[in-house]
Amino acid sequence: MSIAANPGQTGARGRWLAGSAVALYALIAMIPLFWIFATGFKSPPDSIAYPPKVFFEPTLEGYVNLFTSRSRQTDEYIKTLGPPKTWYEEIARSRNMVITGPSRFVDRYWNSVVIGFGSTFLAVFLGTLAAYAFSRFKVPLKDDLLFFILSTRMMPPIAVAIPIFLMYRELGLSDTKAGMILLYTAVNLSLSVWLLKGFVDEIPREYEEAAVVDGYTRLQAFRKVVLPQMRAGIAATAIFCLIFAWNEYAFALLLTSGHAQTAPPFIPIIIGEGGLDWPAVAAGTTLFLLPVVVFTVLLRNQLLRGITFGAVRK
Amino acid sequence: MAEASLAAVTKRFGETIAVDDVDLTIANGEFIVLLGPTGAGKTTLLRLIAGLETPDSGTVAIGGGDVTSLAPAMRDVAFVFQQYSLYPHYTVFENLAFPLRAPGRRMGEQAIRKRVSEIAEMLRIGHKLKNKATQLSGGEMQRVSIGRALVREPNVFLMDEPLSSLDAKLREDLRVELKRIQRDLGATIVYVTHDQLEAMTLADRIGILDRGRLVQVDEPRTIYERPATVYAAQRLGSPQINLLPAGRLGLTPGSASAITAGVRPEDVEVGTPGGFDARVIAVERRGAEMIALLEVDGGQQVHALLDAHRPVGEGASLQVAVRPGAPVWFDREQHLVNT
Repeated sequence: MSIAANPGQTGARGRWLAGSAVALYALIAMIPLFWIFATGFKSPPDSIAYPPKVFFEPTLEGYVNLFTSRSRQTDEYIKTLGPPKTWYEEIARSRNMVITGPSRFVDRYWNSVVIGFGSTFLAVFLGTLAAYAFSRFKVPLKDDLLFFILSTRMMPPIAVAIPIFLMYRELGLSDTKAGMILLYTAVNLSLSVWLLKGFVDEIPREYEEAAVVDGYTRLQAFRKVVLPQMRAGIAATAIFCLIFAWNEYAFALLLTSGHAQTAPPFIPIIIGEGGLDWPAVAAGTTLFLLPVVVFTVLLRNQLLRGITFGAVRK
Repeated sequence: MAEASLAAVTKRFGETIAVDDVDLTIANGEFIVLLGPTGAGKTTLLRLIAGLETPDSGTVAIGGGDVTSLAPAMRDVAFVFQQYSLYPHYTVFENLAFPLRAPGRRMGEQAIRKRVSEIAEMLRIGHKLKNKATQLSGGEMQRVSIGRALVREPNVFLMDEPLSSLDAKLREDLRVELKRIQRDLGATIVYVTHDQLEAMTLADRIGILDRGRLVQVDEPRTIYERPATVYAAQRLGSPQINLLPAGRLGLTPGSASAITAGVRPEDVEVGTPGGFDARVIAVERRGAEMIALLEVDGGQQVHALLDAHRPVGEGASLQVAVRPGAPVWFDREQHLVNT
């Protein structure tokens, strides 16, 4: 029944084969990530060199360009400025550039953090309560409601982009963080309710009933008995919700511009001299990947238990 | 400890009547066992006393006070479930302390520690207090869940087949232990089971449930000897009581309404001269005793409980008779006829 029982039977050779297959797949899957990571440390000419350069002189120019706005100046003007005061000014000067101020990357990144984590928290919080109610209480038209919730996932969210765009304009939610949090929460809620309901269903009612008989209220029983046992499910759900909200591109492009723009629509349009500034784009992408990686690593034990839920139970 | 009572309690789930007009009074310090097959309403009855279900009509009282509309937390009863009774994310100590830490109780940590270790010693799980609940064996788990009921000294203990998920040996051990604890504490216990052996050995009184109705409440011996209905007669005794139409094996009823005789297998005597001719169809040896399935009077089958060293083999012919005075008589409605 369980997957873990298999390698033990097939022996060392089977395990070696399975291990090699996983390693090979991981290698192939990591190549694009590695390329992005490497490109972040290339100079602009290296980044678009043909044939592509695997070995190159690493530079932080991409990161400097990502975080700053610069303007091109004549040699005469730069000479009047005196020697560069910081290492990043030095990199800019080497290209005849002068740093004029910070770029908007940090703002965009912060928007992503607020919107991504905010909507994840809300989707999981509301999803947990709804899942508990659907699992435990007699809700009128329960099956229909659950199907209705599921049906919102049957089309790509972007199919309703125009109506949402119009609604948001009317309601003054366009280009606001609250609007984006609301939107991502709504999209994620169906996933979160359904996933979490499965987890609540697996927790025997007897636990809560025992607590209630022992002198706890229903809410206390929920907090002390049900919630701790849902940890794995909540972690798994939170990761799925965060990945969606964090990566979402189409709505972010459509609904945000100046104020609440997230990183995904911002990063690919970082313009350098004569076109896209590929090293800066790659640097931004690398930094953008980090939170999801960290979040997933932090929750990986819970996630693993969440995925194997039901298999371990007798 | 306190007494508990149900008066004219009925509970429906949709179309089905789970508990049908039940009256039952459990005396202070009494061990009462509710016996019946799956779906007889035993667990529902227990949940009604606990407050986990609300009756459609009738009243529930504990310690003399009406608790029908009271929340489970306010009734001060303890419930031992068949399984899933321990919180897997807590240690044994935390599981045992959980009821004591309930908001209404607010016991001091010192007192909690003292009480928990007392109970743990009593149930011989003192050395397991630091273990996670999931690291225990089945027997230890059930000990802890009984312990979790015991720590609180509640009005009434409600136990829903607490031993049924254990293997035979453990069940026997815990059964003896449970009876001892109940005597020592003078605890009021309502215990649900479908195992007649548990019912016979544990109960001060047994309540027989049939499709939500309480058929008979009496001491085990009384139910065994004078069952109120055929159904009650069949719940106790293994093999089941023999039901023979009047006239068979020379059985003559003492009253006109009596049409069926109930004869316990141990009251069927074989090898007695002047009995009826019978053939042995099957023999089941149980160690100290054996069960013979006999065919008499053209097709009527009768179980006999015999000594293990009786020379009775399959296919043998012998004489069979019913011990005089042994039969109980039932009428057309399958009720006991008083003779």
